[in-house]
Amino acid sequence: MIEMILRKVEKLDAQIAELENETAEVTNDLVKAVGHSSEVLEETEDEYASWKEHNKEISKLKSMREYFLSECRNLAPDERVFLARHAMRPHVDDFIDGLFTDFFEQKGDHLFDEDKSIYGGIARFHGIPVTVIGHRKGHTIEENMEYNFGMPCPEGYRKALRLMNQAEKFKRPIITFIDTPGAYPGMEAEEHGQGEAIAVNLAKMSQFHVPVISVITGEGNSGGALAIGVANRVLMLENAVYSILSPEGFASILWKDSERRKEACELMKLTALDLREAGVCDEVVKEPLGGAQRDYSAVMRNLDVALWKHLSELKQMSPAKVKNDRQMKYRKIG
Amino acid sequence: MVSLTNTISFPIDFRKDIDEEIVKKDKEPVFVTCKTCKRRSLKKDWKDNYYVCPNCGKYSTISAYYRLSLILDPRSFKELNANMKASDPMEFPEYKEKLQKQKKETGLEEAAVTATGKIGGHKVTVIVLDSRFFMGSMSTIVGEKVTRAVEYATKKKTPLIIFSASGGARMQEGIYSLMQMAKTAAAVEEFNASGGLYISYLTHPTTGGVTASFASLGDITLAEPGALIGFAGPRVIEQTIHKKLPKGFQRSEYLESHGFVDKIVPRSEMRETLLKLIELHQA
Ligand SMILES: [Zn+2]
Repeated sequence: MIEMILRKVEKLDAQIAELENETAEVTNDLVKAVGHSSEVLEETEDEYASWKEHNKEISKLKSMREYFLSECRNLAPDERVFLARHAMRPHVDDFIDGLFTDFFEQKGDHLFDEDKSIYGGIARFHGIPVTVIGHRKGHTIEENMEYNFGMPCPEGYRKALRLMNQAEKFKRPIITFIDTPGAYPGMEAEEHGQGEAIAVNLAKMSQFHVPVISVITGEGNSGGALAIGVANRVLMLENAVYSILSPEGFASILWKDSERRKEACELMKLTALDLREAGVCDEVVKEPLGGAQRDYSAVMRNLDVALWKHLSELKQMSPAKVKNDRQMKYRKIG
Repeated sequence: MVSLTNTISFPIDFRKDIDEEIVKKDKEPVFVTCKTCKRRSLKKDWKDNYYVCPNCGKYSTISAYYRLSLILDPRSFKELNANMKASDPMEFPEYKEKLQKQKKETGLEEAAVTATGKIGGHKVTVIVLDSRFFMGSMSTIVGEKVTRAVEYATKKKTPLIIFSASGGARMQEGIYSLMQMAKTAAAVEEFNASGGLYISYLTHPTTGGVTASFASLGDITLAEPGALIGFAGPRVIEQTIHKKLPKGFQRSEYLESHGFVDKIVPRSEMRETLLKLIELHQA
């Protein structure tokens, strides 16, 4: 459903852009003609008529677009999953560009390897040095391959821990961006201790005295998401999803039928609003109608406000309080 | 918070100790046929061998209570939070019925049994996951019982021993299951910070969220021979890499050679190994 709507909306986007381009040219001509002899004005009469037609057409297309977008007000869970995975959705690099300044990337776990599916470093948020880390998926298929579709190996989690340990040492708040299909289920990942790497991150993140804020920006699946998501505050973009595993995996484990993903999406309670209700998510951050990919700057503005609000609150707490606050968030679940 | 409930006396009922999945009971109840080597042996021989096949050495699943009876001093067992009942936080279709069925079949309330007792006179806190109940999967109550027992060990300053066995997350509890990983890992890290000894004993199978939380955080990590231990399940890995996995992949011996297990300890040496380690950590 959402796919169809977005296709229509994108087609309208293109038509509107084309017409606007054309009318912009005509407008220029008309503006130039103003004040000239009546002869010239007569010549432009036809042009003026078509200019009016164009504008009428544009407003018609725009109201059509509005109508289609309004259909996106109440999306079903599986439609949100579709948006959460949209290739043009803003990713960690876009968030770093849009929200921070002075970003300095830190590479590698300094033990064995550099895992590009985790991206992170030091940056300033409203002038304050912070450590920022996120899953990296990439927008194109080439980038997807290079970043392993945002599925980290143990080295990625150990890199994240190295960066977080430094944040603790230098008293920098930690902000993480979660967007992953899960930890990579590969042979080497297992041999290098995928379970151990995630476990250690969960354990150590419970101990930090600096504020940790996690933002689920796309899909947050399984321990692979949680491994950088043990936070004082968990924010979710409106169409982001967070769950024990992918709806396909869920359906295939529970019913031996991955085709039943839509049904799984309904049952899993994986949307931002569901998780807000469950007490897992602390704030749902508004997205433009039709999804975050339609207007990056709107997403950045909303997220900037939310992040700053929560960080300001956490900065009022003593270090011991910050640690306790985070532990209590998880202690009271279940 | 922590309530101590009635002591049960050993020996407990062993009738459910042999996993039907692994060992088919013969028509003649005196004999047991091993599902792996198909050879018959006297039930008594199985029992004397801690339910390891007397012919091929294959480990069969044992119940949490039976395992406790193998390691704890007689009459020292006290169960913690025995009355905590499984919950259904997502009101998942057919889940309550499935829980009822599992309860009936195993006599357990949930997949985790937590207890305090003594080993060679040393007070310990022990957590055993029982894979017969929902594959030992991590539910909110498993997470809660584990957390409470770890907190008990922290408060009472006893060594902590956890026998893990888990198929991973409890699907029917969704995100609540996932959050138990953060909760239990935090409790173990607080225990670590308090200076306590944590022995993690991995049994067949230890996978998913349990591997990626408390099971991997021990000071000492032991494993039962031949146990499947990993984060991702072998089938998921094979589907991802489009290759058959080598024999022995993700087994205890493989993990030992890849640096994640201190020692593989057979069931018959379980108690004496634990006792030795506890005494090595006495000041
Ligand atoms: Zn046998």
